[in-house]
Amino acid sequence: MQIKPILAALRRHRLATLLIAMEIAFACAVLCNACFLVARRWTMIQINSGVDESSLAVLTVNGFEPSQAADVNARMLAGLRAIPGMQSATLISEVPFGPQTGAAGISPDAGGFKDLIGVVDFVMAGPGTYKALGLKLVEGHLPQPGDYQPATSFAPEDVQVLVTRALAEHAWPGESPLGKDFWCDKMHFRVMGVVDHFARAQPGQYEMQQGEWTVFTPVVPGGSLAGTYLLRGRPQDVQRVLQVARGAVQKIAPDVVLDQDNSRTLSDLRTKYFLTDRIMIGLLLGVVALMLGVTALGIVGLTSFWVAQRRKQIGIRRAIGATRGDILRYFQTENFLIVTFGIALGMLLAYVLNAVLMKFYELPHLPLYYLPMGALALWMLGQLAVLGPALRAAAVPPVVATRSV
Amino acid sequence: MLGYYLNLALRSLKRTPILTGLMVLATGLGIGASMTMLTVLHVMTDDPLPGRSAQLYTPHLDPLPLEYKLRDDSPNPTDDLTWPDAMALLKAHRGVRQAAMAGGSLLLWPGRSDLRPFYVNGRYATADFFALFGVPFERGGGWSAADDAAAAQVVVLTETLARKLFGTGNAVGQTVRLGEHDFRVIGVAAHWVPKPLFYADQTGTQYSDADLFFLPLSAAVSQKLQVSGNRSGWAKGDETALTSANMSWLQFWAQLDTPAQIAAYRQYLVDYSAQQKALGRFQRPPTNAKLYSLMGWLAHENLVPNDVRLQLWLALGFLFVCMVNIVALLLAKFLRRSGEISVRRALGARRRDIFVQLGIESALIGVAGGALGVAIAQLGLWSIRQRPDDYARLAQMDASMLLGTLMFAVVASVLAGLLPAWRACRVPPALQLKAM
Repeated sequence: MQIKPILAALRRHRLATLLIAMEIAFACAVLCNACFLVARRWTMIQINSGVDESSLAVLTVNGFEPSQAADVNARMLAGLRAIPGMQSATLISEVPFGPQTGAAGISPDAGGFKDLIGVVDFVMAGPGTYKALGLKLVEGHLPQPGDYQPATSFAPEDVQVLVTRALAEHAWPGESPLGKDFWCDKMHFRVMGVVDHFARAQPGQYEMQQGEWTVFTPVVPGGSLAGTYLLRGRPQDVQRVLQVARGAVQKIAPDVVLDQDNSRTLSDLRTKYFLTDRIMIGLLLGVVALMLGVTALGIVGLTSFWVAQRRKQIGIRRAIGATRGDILRYFQTENFLIVTFGIALGMLLAYVLNAVLMKFYELPHLPLYYLPMGALALWMLGQLAVLGPALRAAAVPPVVATRSV
Repeated sequence: MLGYYLNLALRSLKRTPILTGLMVLATGLGIGASMTMLTVLHVMTDDPLPGRSAQLYTPHLDPLPLEYKLRDDSPNPTDDLTWPDAMALLKAHRGVRQAAMAGGSLLLWPGRSDLRPFYVNGRYATADFFALFGVPFERGGGWSAADDAAAAQVVVLTETLARKLFGTGNAVGQTVRLGEHDFRVIGVAAHWVPKPLFYADQTGTQYSDADLFFLPLSAAVSQKLQVSGNRSGWAKGDETALTSANMSWLQFWAQLDTPAQIAAYRQYLVDYSAQQKALGRFQRPPTNAKLYSLMGWLAHENLVPNDVRLQLWLALGFLFVCMVNIVALLLAKFLRRSGEISVRRALGARRRDIFVQLGIESALIGVAGGALGVAIAQLGLWSIRQRPDDYARLAQMDASMLLGTLMFAVVASVLAGLLPAWRACRVPPALQLKAM
């Protein structure tokens, strides 16, 4: 295929060519960045909470004084455990995708705020909660009955805890985290074990790798650990068990108030928590699809015009020996050249767009492999769009050459 | 002549119905998407108190110690005031009116068997609150400065809450149990919810929250009522005491009518900071003290979520692609009619006439696209109202936005038609006529 005559023809349509190339460049930049955003959100949605979500529910009550905490806990636990199908009911301060109750900065020295390890979620948990959650221990040992400490403020003064692998790798890279100490103001914590995965309450508010900076803290129920209960049932039962439990609260403890919004199954909480991300993913994909569709329409429209305009020339070419394939390939090559020009511009634009997004959103650099993928998608789009008009051009009979306009 | 051009344009568009349809569709989609997001942004950045907002100002001090480091992931403590500072500003009385306030969520015991206790959001404020913001009353009124001083247990309910508790009867004079204390109802305020709730602490959801009761700040502090919103402390020890000089949690608004009053208030804030620095309480430069106007404060808080901004840019980018597309298509279409244009030119039409004729054709596409865009924007806004976000329910198009959409569509497509029309009217007629 000779490229020179194609370029010569394009030079006569500089403005239109430039416009289509610009459109492709813009589509390329948006496509790469939108796919990148979608991929990041998708990874976030897929976060491993580390707990048996399908078997768990949480029930929250409030409206009682701290002095009543132990009494409310005792009545609630007894009442909840009596519900048929309830495998366990235990105390917890927060669950993944629920409201955040205990986030605080931790440091490697007492009372020091200078070299902060990071802001972590402290999950206060009563006896039995570890088993109910279904966490997986990878190192160290589990809290024994003597390890549970009372908490009057938000956490115990001095307690042994479990941390997630993600937090351990961040705080003590390359070292065994077992027996390591850290402080939150004057409260002292020592690592007794490491769990595989355990998402914090609001993982989406943090950088992606911080979504599992969670500290599992064994706490004696009462004091600040009251009112939020982790319910466990068989997966097919848990929704029903929760319904029964919600209805039973008024009978078990008439003096407390059920928090309707925060008494749900963990699967429900997860769906609700990521709903906006799902909407955003749908929206990004929708806009990208529309943009590609409009670009394709532009190519179809413009090529159709060019085909109609060049009917006579096509006829002449056919009359002097060009095959249908030659004509088809002419338009395909022309489109390939325009799209390639657009993609070259688009790659630059994609990087500029990424730089702008990085300024306003906490985003890393666009990985390089998005660019060839975007280019491939646009080449394919261009070839598909041009196929129809090009086939029509190839169908122009040679006899057209002999007719006047 | 215009009628004739309109007729020509219609004929020309009818000759290529599919292409015309596609151009209208592309304009409609681009305009619809952009107008959906522009409407969302418009309602989110709208003036919450039209007519009154220009006189409202919020002062901010910087009582932080020198070594305190601001963090991206936690709220800025200087967004709020400490109790001693708020009381000092209140006492100085440098504005026409001023009030300190904080949010609270209290358990309400209805004292009726058919209603379970429930949580209500409200505001703890000082006496001037109602006059400052122009809260309309249905019955009764607010409390006095004397009630503030006495920490009187009085409450103003909004009409919604009063109706829920007392039906259609007169609520004034009744008693409401909030948390552990009884409050006497002294007024019922009409439905009054500024969007966003600009005077609330910035950690809340300001587009969906509403205050259902108002009670004296002094009563809230003396009864140790629960305060919602952010509390930032920067000294060890007494962080939890509401009256601590090292914890900020209060919002403060003042009414300033003239530029002289505004300048004087700014100066007063700096002088106050300097005085506190001399006393050893403040450590940072006194010029850190700031006075924001209402709209300035909203801009500073930047309430519009990043996702909404991203969606707006996506929509505008999409419109741009649609418009470039239409430019290319119109260009090809107009240039294809070079012969026809040349005949008209040869018969005496000026370039300007050709330009107007082609301009009308592109404007026609714009009008059709704009009408489609309005329909698509309504669909888009409906889908946004189904979202779970707190701003979702505000997404409604008003008359000005509706008119704006149509204008926007016509302007965009006339602009898109300019280049092709200009290019087409510069076609040399002689050359074309020779080829015919």
